[in-house]
Amino acid sequence: MKIIKFLTFICIFFLSITSNSFSLIEVDITRGNLNPLPVAVSPLSQNNESKKIFKNQLNLEDLGLEISKVIENNLKKSGLFNPLSRDAFLQKPDIAHLKPRFEDWSLIKAQALITGKVLIENDRLKVEFRLWDVLAAREMLALAFTTVPSNWRRVGHIITDKVYERLTGEKGYFDTRIIYVSEEGPKTQRVKKLAIMDQDGFNTKYLTLGNELVLTPRFNPTNQMVTYLSYFRNLPRVYLLDIETGVQEVVGDFPGMTFAPRFSPDGKKIIMSFAKDGNSDIYTMDLENRIVERITNHPSIDTSPSYSPDGKYITFNSDRSGYQQIYLMKSDGSNVKRISFGNGIYGTPVWSPRGDLIAFTKLHKGKFYIGVMRTDGKGERLLTENFYQEAPSWAPNGRVIIFYRETKTDKKGEGFSAKLWSIDLTGYNERLVETETDASDPSWSSLLSN
Amino acid sequence: MYKSLFISSGFHIGIIMLSIFTLPFIAKKPIDVPPLVSVELIEIGKLTNIPFAPKAKKIIEKVKKKNEKLVSGQAPPKKIKKEKNKKVNIDKNNKIKELASKKMPTPENKIKKIKKEKIESVALPDKKKEKIQLKEEKMQKPSKEIKKENKLKKNVEQLKPNVEDLKVKQVSEFEKKELFDPNNIAALIDKSKEDFGETNKKLNKITQSQDTSMDSSKLTLSEEDALKAQIFGCWSIPLGLPYNEDLLVRIKLKLKPDGTLIKTEILDHARMNMPGQGFFKVLAESALRAIQLCQPLKVPTSGYERWKDLQLNFDAREMLGG
Repeated sequence: MKIIKFLTFICIFFLSITSNSFSLIEVDITRGNLNPLPVAVSPLSQNNESKKIFKNQLNLEDLGLEISKVIENNLKKSGLFNPLSRDAFLQKPDIAHLKPRFEDWSLIKAQALITGKVLIENDRLKVEFRLWDVLAAREMLALAFTTVPSNWRRVGHIITDKVYERLTGEKGYFDTRIIYVSEEGPKTQRVKKLAIMDQDGFNTKYLTLGNELVLTPRFNPTNQMVTYLSYFRNLPRVYLLDIETGVQEVVGDFPGMTFAPRFSPDGKKIIMSFAKDGNSDIYTMDLENRIVERITNHPSIDTSPSYSPDGKYITFNSDRSGYQQIYLMKSDGSNVKRISFGNGIYGTPVWSPRGDLIAFTKLHKGKFYIGVMRTDGKGERLLTENFYQEAPSWAPNGRVIIFYRETKTDKKGEGFSAKLWSIDLTGYNERLVETETDASDPSWSSLLSN
Repeated sequence: MYKSLFISSGFHIGIIMLSIFTLPFIAKKPIDVPPLVSVELIEIGKLTNIPFAPKAKKIIEKVKKKNEKLVSGQAPPKKIKKEKNKKVNIDKNNKIKELASKKMPTPENKIKKIKKEKIESVALPDKKKEKIQLKEEKMQKPSKEIKKENKLKKNVEQLKPNVEDLKVKQVSEFEKKELFDPNNIAALIDKSKEDFGETNKKLNKITQSQDTSMDSSKLTLSEEDALKAQIFGCWSIPLGLPYNEDLLVRIKLKLKPDGTLIKTEILDHARMNMPGQGFFKVLAESALRAIQLCQPLKVPTSGYERWKDLQLNFDAREMLGG
């Protein structure tokens, strides 16, 4: 008995010693910085043969440099990356692409490095790129793209998307387009045309001539179709436009005004408002069988409907409580409930592609705000405030919101300009989106390379 | 009756005498040991570099030893000490000069020493590294001195032509040296703190080892805070992480005594390749980048055995507002 007691004592003693001596010190790191990641975008290298071809075909001296500028510009605008100055680079692009000298890149404080090569293969542009982790001294990503030479800007956007996804963990939004209403002329006689451009403001094309007033263009999430409101023959109606073919058609045969159209997440339906005798309700139309369905039936004004990404719910704004507020209902129109309860007037709710947030415009004490709230109406955050701004639209990754803002152009308040702006979900990184003319009602497309 | 009067008066006188002679002594004692003095000393020491003085002697001795080795290579240190003592006895002026020289060059010597130490920890041309490492080994293992000296000689002979080459081609070396200057100043400040730490620890050694209530397997709050603050600054959190997911990545580190990394290991490595956990790879990589960027880590100056293996739990949920 004594021996057993002795042995158990020894066991406990040794266990206590070992547990003490081998216990690992743990330190919890719960905070970090949100500073932009320093990244070096080395100009993409090219051989002399390709250089000549690029100059002949594209009239560009250095295509590799131009593509790297596209990548750099995209990364900078995202607010999450800090592209370092090319003047500080110590290694030549062609050698860096083969094997970077990581000491040189870490010396200029780069944490990530992008290298690449452009060449012509069978009259097609081939772009290779590699993403390197400078601190770990290893390759993170290596891809090659082949396309027609005129498509070189898109290659730059696709590379940015890949880099963004690899470093942030979420999909990029650079290989996308923005459709908007281009505006020219004085405020009383504005000429409004539908225009489409790359998300960085290049390659602008006008889709309508400006003979009719056009409003609220919206992209189809699955393909390159657009729905919008046009005052053709002074009758405001929702139209459908195929960007590739240029064919357009009226959506449905409504005996009155239809407006605020938007596609369903699968792109098979259009949801919109139909107004008659001072009352407007929400309707859907199936694009395959053209069946129209009434979703709301209330004597108030129900408008600006937007589907949830899974298509099960619809958010819209209504003045059924006396003031315009945001509401939520099932896609069949049942279970309507109000979700906005803050001070002021709420409108233009748009469901995030992630599904977790709803962006909205708020008018309170004479000022306009763009904000976001959770789908239950809680956690309201106002991202930006101004004299007049509205029409938020989400980037396909649900991180950035584009909207338009009207500003007075001089001190007297005479004249005005409307411009597109983008803002990060955090409320920082507010940027002007360059457009050829004044612009309003932007809508962000989904990723083109899906 | 008189007896009792005498006794009582005698006692009274005795008490009065006692109070006259003893009370001032009692009162003086607490004045002699004011607790504030020690606090003031520490503060003044920080400002005026007084604590360098005791340390300086050691440094001077070390430097002298090094110089001796460079000159003679075999001269035993004891003999030189004796010679010096003799000189001091002969000439008082020299003694004063020596004392002055002991005090004055100490910071310089120290800076030189720190420079050498600091350069070791930062990237340098390999050849220089080798030299310094060899010197270190020489200091640490006197039994193998002769063999390594021979090696050194050989290395020096081999290096001679290369050193010139280096001078010509590596312009960035100068930049590096210039860049290190501010760091060296920082290191000097840090070193002074370390010196305090060392001396204090030496004094407190007995009490610490005796104190069983202290948990030796943990970092103190200040040590942990210093490490955390350093890594907070280095960790760029990827903003695209889904904040409703498990955003905890645990990384086990093996460290050198100076805080540089020997090895890193992601503990939940299996999650890296799991479907739907792509964000974990991004998170883990960002944490690894933070550790790489921060090294050498601000670890305690003593107790290497305690923290040579360290686990850092990177949790992004708080920052991403989950």
